[in-house]
Amino acid sequence: MDKKTDRFTRTPMREQKPDVRKHNFDEVPCGYSEEEAVREATRCLQCKHAPCINGCPVHIKIPEFLKLIEEKKYSDAAQKIKEDNALPAVCGRVCPQEIQCELKCVLHGKGAPIAIGNLERFAADWQREHQQAPLERCAIKKNGKKVAIVGSGPSGLTVADELIRAGFEVTIFEALHVAGGVLMYGIPEFRLPKRIMQEEIHHLELLGVKIETNFVVGKTAELDDLFSDEYGFDAIYIGSGAGLPVFMGIPGENSVGVYSANEYLTRSNLMGAYKQNATTPISHGKHVVVVGGGNVAMDAARTALRLGAEHSVIIYRRSEVEMPARDEDVQHAKEEGVEFHCLCNPVAILSDAKGVVTGIRSSRMELGELDDSGRARPVAIKDSEFEIACDVVIIAIGNHPNPLIPQTAPDIDISSRGTIIVDETTGRTSKKYVYAGGDIVTGSATVILAMGAGKIAAKSMIEDLL
Amino acid sequence: MHTILKKERLNELVWRYRIAAPKIAKKRQAGQFVIVRVESDGERVPLTIADADASAGWIELIVQAVGHTTTKMSQLNEGDVILDLMGPLGHPTEIKKYGRCLCIGGGVGVAALYSIASALKAAENEVTTIVGARNQNLLLLETELEKVSDRLLIATDDGSKGQHGFVSDVFKKLQAQGEHFDFAIIVGPVMMMKVTSDLTVAAGIKTLVSLNPIMIDGTGMCGGCRVCVNNEIKFACVDGPEFDASGVDWDTVMQRLNAYHDVEKKHQCKLNGLPHDG
Ligand SMILES: Cc1cc2nc3c(=O)[nH]c(=O)nc-3n(C[C@H](O)[C@H](O)[C@H](O)COP(=O)(O)OP(=O)(O)OC[C@H]3O[C@@H](n4cnc5c(N)ncnc54)[C@H](O)[C@@H]3O)c2cc1C
Ligand code: FES
Repeated sequence: MDKKTDRFTRTPMREQKPDVRKHNFDEVPCGYSEEEAVREATRCLQCKHAPCINGCPVHIKIPEFLKLIEEKKYSDAAQKIKEDNALPAVCGRVCPQEIQCELKCVLHGKGAPIAIGNLERFAADWQREHQQAPLERCAIKKNGKKVAIVGSGPSGLTVADELIRAGFEVTIFEALHVAGGVLMYGIPEFRLPKRIMQEEIHHLELLGVKIETNFVVGKTAELDDLFSDEYGFDAIYIGSGAGLPVFMGIPGENSVGVYSANEYLTRSNLMGAYKQNATTPISHGKHVVVVGGGNVAMDAARTALRLGAEHSVIIYRRSEVEMPARDEDVQHAKEEGVEFHCLCNPVAILSDAKGVVTGIRSSRMELGELDDSGRARPVAIKDSEFEIACDVVIIAIGNHPNPLIPQTAPDIDISSRGTIIVDETTGRTSKKYVYAGGDIVTGSATVILAMGAGKIAAKSMIEDLL
Repeated sequence: MHTILKKERLNELVWRYRIAAPKIAKKRQAGQFVIVRVESDGERVPLTIADADASAGWIELIVQAVGHTTTKMSQLNEGDVILDLMGPLGHPTEIKKYGRCLCIGGGVGVAALYSIASALKAAENEVTTIVGARNQNLLLLETELEKVSDRLLIATDDGSKGQHGFVSDVFKKLQAQGEHFDFAIIVGPVMMMKVTSDLTVAAGIKTLVSLNPIMIDGTGMCGGCRVCVNNEIKFACVDGPEFDASGVDWDTVMQRLNAYHDVEKKHQCKLNGLPHDG
């Protein structure tokens, strides 16, 4: 490469064109070719102090894996990432790199930071496509201890990966009929193809991890049952996620056509409502309004377009700068024609005599003083209400922790927000041999933080049990 | 493997299934339900556990074939396997010694009623059961209910058996005779639950109703099952399915259900949402 001209310019990733992709569920970015990947990796300055590593919650050895890509040792690059992150194909696609590793890249500001996420995705995809899953199972020496994992989201899968390699017998209990957590039921196909998750999970099964679906811990069996002779587990990790959708508490919210984003996305992703032959119906609204500014809101608004909406509108109460969604997803949503109404807050959902949604009424907002989260607090502007006509409203303003475990295990300490309290450095809960991490501990957060918490807990489980 | 051990036709559209489910059988209590899926890419349907035997490892479900999934299920036979079966879900009925109890049911709601009535009876309550149907042929579990009730009263819309009219009419009659009750549980079509619980609540009886709105996951994740109770949003799958009738906002319950009948015809099959009986 001509270093002078190219050092500061990012190699773009090819994408499906907006007017094409908004009518299909195929993945939007197409991935790097080998040549593109090498070109991008070569931009890395290989800084000795590697600030990017500190920006990564699981401290992937970024310069090292970039160097391996530069040397065209793609599979080695993937292995290098996997030393710290069990799900690189996922994280390369869904991590908010712009506020993590890429923010810390020394090229940032002078030019575009290295596309670390794109390269992580490239290495993982290359390895998956070019190599059969290594059958490491027979190489693992069993240590005779049995561990149960509650929930098969990224947090639970990480713990399973760490512990099976350490010789534990590992069983994951998943409430739904499919493993994968939010990665399967929440994040849509066009952002994270389900086959990638399926292969990651299959790989864990090849390593010997048992997965029991349709098993609701707290209902099918309680935590204490899992410790009993019948099940015989020595320790339990809880990664049950933040699955309880929050509603706004405004008039009209129970009207027909009002969905939580979880319901809307689950109908589409998990139950396959977008496929011709699925039996779970979904409302094919023509005018869809999504309330919220996070990844979940973007996913819902873009799914609506793909299900045939003529208008898909985002209503967010702060300004675009405060939007928690990944930059790339906001960008993609705009390109696809999602309309943004920032600094607006819904006050009522309107419906007809049969209770079917006809519109949404909102106030315009202005930003006031900083709140607890350090963001400017939105304040309603007097007499600024306006209405948007619509037939579907999707609420994507956040999730509370899943209540099933807290409801059924009174001996585990729970915070006033309903999250499980743990020692952050070990993942230990107040109950002996019970550990927790991911969204059930932090409230809705990110895939990588859920995985990081899993790694910490796995380490102390190994210490405590061996 | 959730194998169908026994299948029995109760009337033209209603079947009783005995299904191998040892873990669920062991844990289930009166008032709880399961979620069933019978085909890949198929929907998830909540069904009440009508009966169970922990030592033999089975549960029984009573299924009316009215929607896509329940019709598919009605085509399964002994020896076939239920693809997905998850549970037991929901809070169990609070069983204790109340005194004089009323168990009121209609439609396939009697599936839940039977298990609740037997638990109440076992807790030494005096149990009066009232069940309704459009006609005699559609009455379900009559013999079973007879066994667990001190008295079984029947209402049919056409008068072919018992009182001519609705279960609410039977209750009014008891009331007129000066009978008093300490507790009532009502399970059935929404309209019947609303009308009847209005009467029992007005009579000062602590009344529970078992709501069964549309559900998807059954774990509190989607909010599709939300109902408004005492002006608060509750999720029937994790907070219910039973709620104190005095706080239930019936208008939204019915609105959501009725409109779904129009918008999503396939969802007509939900257990207690049937637009007839009782
Ligand atoms: C639509 C959407 C888009 C998102 N986009 C992004 C993104 O782009 N980038 C990002 O980093 N993060 C994103 N997130 C957030 C991210 O998905 C979560 O932070 C992450 O999945 C949390 O992982 P977890 O393992 O803690 O829980 P989850 O992924 O929620 O998994 C928990 C699992 O536990 C199961 N479970 C719950 N209770 C029980 C029980 N009692 N017994 C058995 N099983 C149980 C659940 O069914 C579920 O499968 C998004 C979230 C959503 C909803
Ligand atoms: S069925 Fe989804 S929250 Fe109750």
